[in-house]
Amino acid sequence: MATTFAKSQEAPKPNGEPISRRSFLRATALAGGGMVLAYYIEPVQKVLAAQFGPPVKLLPTSFIAIASDGTVTIIAKNPEIGQGVKTMLPMLVAEELDCDWNDVRIEQGDLDPAKYGLQIAGGSTATPMNWEPMRRVGAAGRRMLIAAAAETWGVPESECSTTPSRVHHNPSGRSLTYGELASKGATMPPPDPTTLKMKDPKEYRVIGKNAANADIKKIVTGKPLYGIDVNMPGMLYANYEKCPVFGGKVASANLEEVKALPGIRHAFIVEPGPDPTALAGGVAIVADSWYQARNARDNKLKVVWEEGPTASQSSQLYASNAVELSKKEPGQVLRKDGDVDAAFGRAAHVVEAAYSYPFLSHVPLEPQNCTASFKDGKLEVWAPSQTPATGLAQTARALGIDQKDIKVHLTRVGGGFGRRLTDDYMVEAAVIAQKVGVPVKLLWTREQDMAHDFYRPAGFHFLKGGIDANGKIISWRNHFVTFGENGRFAQSAGLSGEEFPSRFIPNFSQLASMMPTGVPTGALRAPGSNAIAFVMQSFIDELAHAASKDPVQFRLDLLAMTPLPPATPARGTAVAFAPVAFDQARMRAVLEKVAERSKWGRKLPAGAALGVAFHFSHRGYFAEVAELRTTSSKTLKITKAWVVGDIGSYVINPRAAESIVQGAVIEGMSHVMGYEITIDAGRAVQSNFHQYPPLRLTQAPAEIDVSFVKTDNPPTGLGEPGLPPMIPAITNAIFTATGQRIRSLPLEPQGYRWA
Amino acid sequence: MPYNLVVNGQPVTVDVPAETPLLWVIRDILDLKGTKYGCGMALCGCCTVHINGQATRACTTAISSVADQHITTLEGLSEDGTHPVQLAWEEMDVPQCGYCQAGQIMSAAALLAKHPHPTDAEIDAAMDGNICRCGTYLRIRKAIHRAAEIHAKQQSAQPTDADLSRSVEA
Repeated sequence: MATTFAKSQEAPKPNGEPISRRSFLRATALAGGGMVLAYYIEPVQKVLAAQFGPPVKLLPTSFIAIASDGTVTIIAKNPEIGQGVKTMLPMLVAEELDCDWNDVRIEQGDLDPAKYGLQIAGGSTATPMNWEPMRRVGAAGRRMLIAAAAETWGVPESECSTTPSRVHHNPSGRSLTYGELASKGATMPPPDPTTLKMKDPKEYRVIGKNAANADIKKIVTGKPLYGIDVNMPGMLYANYEKCPVFGGKVASANLEEVKALPGIRHAFIVEPGPDPTALAGGVAIVADSWYQARNARDNKLKVVWEEGPTASQSSQLYASNAVELSKKEPGQVLRKDGDVDAAFGRAAHVVEAAYSYPFLSHVPLEPQNCTASFKDGKLEVWAPSQTPATGLAQTARALGIDQKDIKVHLTRVGGGFGRRLTDDYMVEAAVIAQKVGVPVKLLWTREQDMAHDFYRPAGFHFLKGGIDANGKIISWRNHFVTFGENGRFAQSAGLSGEEFPSRFIPNFSQLASMMPTGVPTGALRAPGSNAIAFVMQSFIDELAHAASKDPVQFRLDLLAMTPLPPATPARGTAVAFAPVAFDQARMRAVLEKVAERSKWGRKLPAGAALGVAFHFSHRGYFAEVAELRTTSSKTLKITKAWVVGDIGSYVINPRAAESIVQGAVIEGMSHVMGYEITIDAGRAVQSNFHQYPPLRLTQAPAEIDVSFVKTDNPPTGLGEPGLPPMIPAITNAIFTATGQRIRSLPLEPQGYRWA
Repeated sequence: MPYNLVVNGQPVTVDVPAETPLLWVIRDILDLKGTKYGCGMALCGCCTVHINGQATRACTTAISSVADQHITTLEGLSEDGTHPVQLAWEEMDVPQCGYCQAGQIMSAAALLAKHPHPTDAEIDAAMDGNICRCGTYLRIRKAIHRAAEIHAKQQSAQPTDADLSRSVEA
């Protein structure tokens, strides 16, 4: 029953037995001849690194192995959640190594920060953090192969060059393949990273070309790849039931009745851990099959819960509290420019509006799960996690064991979207495995997944805008009512004072008030931005219409303003949201291009309209247009969408890039219509997809046109910034088509549906 | 009690309670991991398999209701990943996270067995029960049309080719 997951743990066998690919990679000298390269590079994006911990002087970043048959194995170090990083990072290495992409085999690295550096899937950071170091790894490998060839031929390195997977001696016409050079290459000293010469981008053969998903064959043939697919000899299956009220714990449970059911091996109460967000209290049921465990949970388990104080909280209460708070003095002034009230006094038009959006669940299609094996004081886990190192640290604390006694294997992840930035499932699986002493696969039900998320926080914005007789915005006030306590925003519930249109309006105030919540919150794809873009770009649209200006031209005019200087973000503000170095020229360019591609301004039939929006997030500049057709005032069809993005000088894997952006548009449509988690009596009301509907194929537009403006900036990430503008692009189109201004999401409870 | 099934052409006997969902028999007893769990309520389509050629949600199908039936999972669609739908999915690079794709592929294969040249309306009708959280729908539509082309080509090259029908024996 051993799987590929288990096999990867075989130790190298120097006695001539067959060795697994992974142990092959770990060997420093290879029996069959070959070379292994471990290379260490300084982080080039210190700002990024600072977001994830103290700067590390030297970051180990990659591992390349070249076999004598010419196969180049490249470790993909980051968790693959569908964003394509398992393909993309090795492309960077292969480019500068100058190997033939067809020779490349990609292997998922286990968690090993000492070897690979930061291993995280979040914040669209993989590209900006690895663009430089991964290419340097490849370039260093190429230099070592050239050195090996030069020594073999007794010629200067300067007379050698490479073509894919081959070193040439130009004067004599001799050449050797990378496979032939691999053994010797391994003995060459790694070059000084500061002397590495990178390729002229004109010579790129891999970057900017389409590369297939590294796991495509396995996916289409149903091979075990995901966390849920892990299998271990003697493994039992677990379910873990937590209090439906956030923060509650078990008072008592009918464990003996549960244990009497066939197949049930264990049923026990788990107390909350030292960090209750990592380990909430609950009841573990461990059985011979997962179905038996789930059946026991569904049909037999009875728990008396200590629900705790959150039981009195609800979405309704939050909404009425928000209105009350909006009438009071704000708790915080995030930014203030000029004299807002005086400017309202001389405005030709003043618009006031209240915007709101709900809690959202991530609903990756692979429910939370983790497999753990605890033996002789050591733990081994197979985790579909976006932040395995965080999970490891939390697990060590919860189990009371040393971090070095935990081994974490990364599996392919059936969707992340931010849900797996928290590692509660990992801690739970580990605690259960420690208790039962045999390998355990923990799997949540879909209902548990929706009931125990770290939700995109709801939020409330109370806006007032003033325009002068020329149609220019002269005054803007936003009182943001959000969640938090003691001056600290709840996770992902923050707002930067610099958030656009901050700095582009002379009289401007960005204010915040907080209310406490017991609902766990966290990052959802394009955190902050996925809600803020809706609010800001909708209200800008309202002002454009109030000024009788074209919505695109109005935005271009706003972006043409000379911006006020940015403030230094105060300590403790959400750095991840701070729109660092917003470059208005880049935004103008994508906005102009999306207007051109969508033929903005063209005449459409009655009931049809275009809507536009832009947003800067995760270092990406995105402008988007939605083409809407209404068949009644509340029956909507998005017939086409256009996206133009600027993520720097290169789109590394164009075909994958197009897909991820199209997916972001589809996700935006789900936010618009159906996604809402309602809190009632301290618990999530929605339980499965019938109440929380992701967009379906029938509802998807016929076409989503994706294009990029290439600019002379380092390439940045794409997992997130394509999402935020689609939401207001759609709701702005609804206004143009129907006259209805959408100020709260989602639309389904307001009587709308997709055609 | 014991139930006899034919799974991917192989006769198997499983001894489980009557109400056990086919999904968990396939995944955890037969150790075929291609078929996925997503919702347990036949809402997402991740668990789609063919029962006598019909695309069916395995998560709500009790084992007792499929005794002596022919079940095909993604692993049994072809021996080597060369079913037209698999080839098209690969060619179009459809998956992102890939988790739903077993169900998508099985729904698409059942559609093509009935409608070798499906219209967009037929595609919508056949695929609407399969959620893709990553939003690969545009590529799924294109890949189904492409699979139809590949299938047509295979048929004309080898009139006796039974690739498609093998997976959907009635």
